[in-house]
Amino acid sequence: MPTYPLYDNEGDTLHAANGRPLRDVTIDAALDGSLSIEDLQVHRSALLAQAEIARAAGYVPLAQNFARAAELTAVPRGEIIEMYNVLRPGRARRAELDALADRLEQEYAAPICAALVREAAEVYSARGLLRHPDAL
Amino acid sequence: MAGLKRFRVLEERDINRETFVESWPEAGLMVADSPYDPAPSIRIVDGRVVELDGRSEADFDTLDVFIARHGIDLAVAAEAMALDSLTIAHMLADINIPRAVVLRLATGCTPAKLVDIMRHMNVLEMMNGLAKMRVRRIPANQAHVTNRRENPALLAADAAEAALRGFAELETTVGVARAAPFNALAILVGAQTGRGGVMTQCAVEESLGLRIAMKGLTTYAETLSVYGTEQAFVDGDDSPWSKAFLASAYASRGVKVRFTSGTGSEALMGSAEQRSMLYLEARCLCVTRGAGSQGVQNGSISCIALPESLPGGVRAVLAENLMASMLGLEVASGNDALASHSAIRNSAKLMLQFIPGTDFIFSGYSAVPRKDNMFGGGNFDADDLDDYAVLQRDMQIDGGTRSITEADAEAIRRRGAQAIQAVYAELGFPAIADDEVEAAVQAHSSDDMPVRDIVPDLVAADAFLAGDRSMVDVVAALARRGFADVAEHLLTMGRQRIAADYLQPAAIFGSDFVVQSAINQPNDYTGPGTGYRVEGARWHEMAHIHQAKSPRDFIVDRLGSPIESLAGYGNAKRGGSTEVVVAIGPAFGRIITKTIGGLDHEEVLKAVLTGIAEEGLIGRVVRIWRSSDCAEIGHVGAKLSGSGVSIGIQSRGTSIIHRVDLARLNNLELFSQSPSMTLDTYRAMGRNAARYAAGKMTTPVPVSVDNWARLRLIVKTALLHRRESEEIRDLPPEALRFDWEPEV
Repeated sequence: MPTYPLYDNEGDTLHAANGRPLRDVTIDAALDGSLSIEDLQVHRSALLAQAEIARAAGYVPLAQNFARAAELTAVPRGEIIEMYNVLRPGRARRAELDALADRLEQEYAAPICAALVREAAEVYSARGLLRHPDAL
Repeated sequence: MAGLKRFRVLEERDINRETFVESWPEAGLMVADSPYDPAPSIRIVDGRVVELDGRSEADFDTLDVFIARHGIDLAVAAEAMALDSLTIAHMLADINIPRAVVLRLATGCTPAKLVDIMRHMNVLEMMNGLAKMRVRRIPANQAHVTNRRENPALLAADAAEAALRGFAELETTVGVARAAPFNALAILVGAQTGRGGVMTQCAVEESLGLRIAMKGLTTYAETLSVYGTEQAFVDGDDSPWSKAFLASAYASRGVKVRFTSGTGSEALMGSAEQRSMLYLEARCLCVTRGAGSQGVQNGSISCIALPESLPGGVRAVLAENLMASMLGLEVASGNDALASHSAIRNSAKLMLQFIPGTDFIFSGYSAVPRKDNMFGGGNFDADDLDDYAVLQRDMQIDGGTRSITEADAEAIRRRGAQAIQAVYAELGFPAIADDEVEAAVQAHSSDDMPVRDIVPDLVAADAFLAGDRSMVDVVAALARRGFADVAEHLLTMGRQRIAADYLQPAAIFGSDFVVQSAINQPNDYTGPGTGYRVEGARWHEMAHIHQAKSPRDFIVDRLGSPIESLAGYGNAKRGGSTEVVVAIGPAFGRIITKTIGGLDHEEVLKAVLTGIAEEGLIGRVVRIWRSSDCAEIGHVGAKLSGSGVSIGIQSRGTSIIHRVDLARLNNLELFSQSPSMTLDTYRAMGRNAARYAAGKMTTPVPVSVDNWARLRLIVKTALLHRRESEEIRDLPPEALRFDWEPEV
């Protein structure tokens, strides 16, 4: 079990999603142009560690959220916003939601997120929250 | 004016500018216990919820489905639902039952069960429960920082000051949506100038908010709104699933998430389905927890005036805070939107969150004047900051802020405004002129700011949002322009993203970026002597508000050198029948030389003696050494007086006309309002004493009554009395020669 807070206890092993070690995130790097916002992107392993910590403290749905978030670290910035918009009520037809779930599962190895989308698709179908057939 | 005058006056009071209505459950205008609210129930078959609060699975709406699948811990549900609600209510109120015990049971409760528990609790019991169930050990506070003109220098200055004042989170928003990236930037830079580790957010449309967060310009997102009915949820352009996905999207970018809900929103949106506000809020909270949000902003929030128009509204708002904390959710407990015209009502309502302490007592406190608050907020605003600091000091309650001096505020405002000026210059944004910086330092509101053309700002903001530049470029800009400390704070916020510690429940950063959350600083309150206590350095800071002064030199200007014309010549004896004794206190005219109202003792004596002489009697001055008490001074004087009548005067000016046959604590006339007394009053006092001595009919001296004087001057009164008492000696009354003759 990782020791919370990770920043203070696991700082030596922490690294950004792109592999840059935390210790290399410095002012000098910002100044010489070798640092980008991607170097501040949380790695899925840190989110999984936070999930484990949350679960052990009894915050189970939060842990599940962190597990989904760990999966979503693989999804590019622009696309994640698109995915969210597709999932909003009245935006997508059933097939589009199913396709989104498939893409999450196959392209991004995100089965938990895919399950969430599939569940939404099922409920949206039952409750009339899919895109209206007449929608522009 | 017809009718009762007092009722006409009442009508004009602030409280009567509010709208008060009776409950109307069919319209959702009922805060709790609607006759249409369902009774709590759950039926679980093979690990699947087939009935929830009286509704069978076939009839579930989207919220029911989501709650059934994600919002209830089915392993605990049977046990929790079988427990009598009254029993759980007792567990909440009982300080001996630890938080964890209630937490476990609450996650097995249905929405109707949560409401049923609340039904048994009054506000005092709820406050007790909230003090225990708050997630984080130490309460904190959030501030709003906005202005009507979206001025970046003012935003940064206000953010810097708010951070220095102790707010753990700052929230901004926009008038014009396109201003969002720049407003987020301004408060980020300002906040990290004021105190490293203050978390910031910009409340805008969800996908725009996500884009801004991904640029590293915000560290948390709060306005993920959820609603208690399906229709209201859809009208809010989300479903529980899209909100759950959004929460994960934010977390995947290292951004803390807090959902928002609150009583009244569904009724306001016309789709309350006849349910009570509290029941619908319980549904929101089960969705919020189920979606994996670490916390919630609740307490009616922007709808607060609606529950407050109804009976029990303020109690219901406390109940929603408590239900959220029972579910282990961090609570940012409202108190933000304008709730009442009445300062009494606003302050009273605040106490329900302030006294127990919530994770964020406000969500947020308007760090800017009300007119600049773009949230419809400002229930408590920048002009109330001293009041708030005094409330903390009065009750020894940590409300999450500290009092700062004007010099501190000026310095930090200037540095915040200069930092954003440097960032704009370095990144090629429209220049912030020096006079804008200086205006931002001095400003009360955006009215005090020079006009700034918003169009180029919006164009630059569009380009910034669309381009690749991010918080990292801001860090470099700050470092290049001599703001190394601010740059370091910003980058540390970025580095913290990689660790993601602040995604845990109720996380904030204390000093030196030490995270405090449910994981490492859970609330451990179990009654007196446990949990967070206000003490040590924090209490010292709260006690020493900037206006507080040392009382030691409070009375210096009332002290002086002895009156030269007043000299003692032995023990006082009883005199003849044509005299009035003027008995003075031990310090009068020798240590203390002015009354509390600033009258020279020498002039006071002259006035009294003149008054006595005007009635043809003689005034004889005597010093009483053995007492500083006004009645005693007067009474001893009366015993020495040949006429039996005396005037007793304490050094602070409080006086009495006494007569020997009266009981010590009785009197002929008492002049307790020393601050409002004039030399004419003392002269009239002399006249009246002489008239009593001569047995004449006498009209008491009229004195002006100022009930505020005691309030204003009580410390000075106490200190003057203390000083006089220090001069008490075990000596008999002393005869005094006052080398002066009244001209009559």
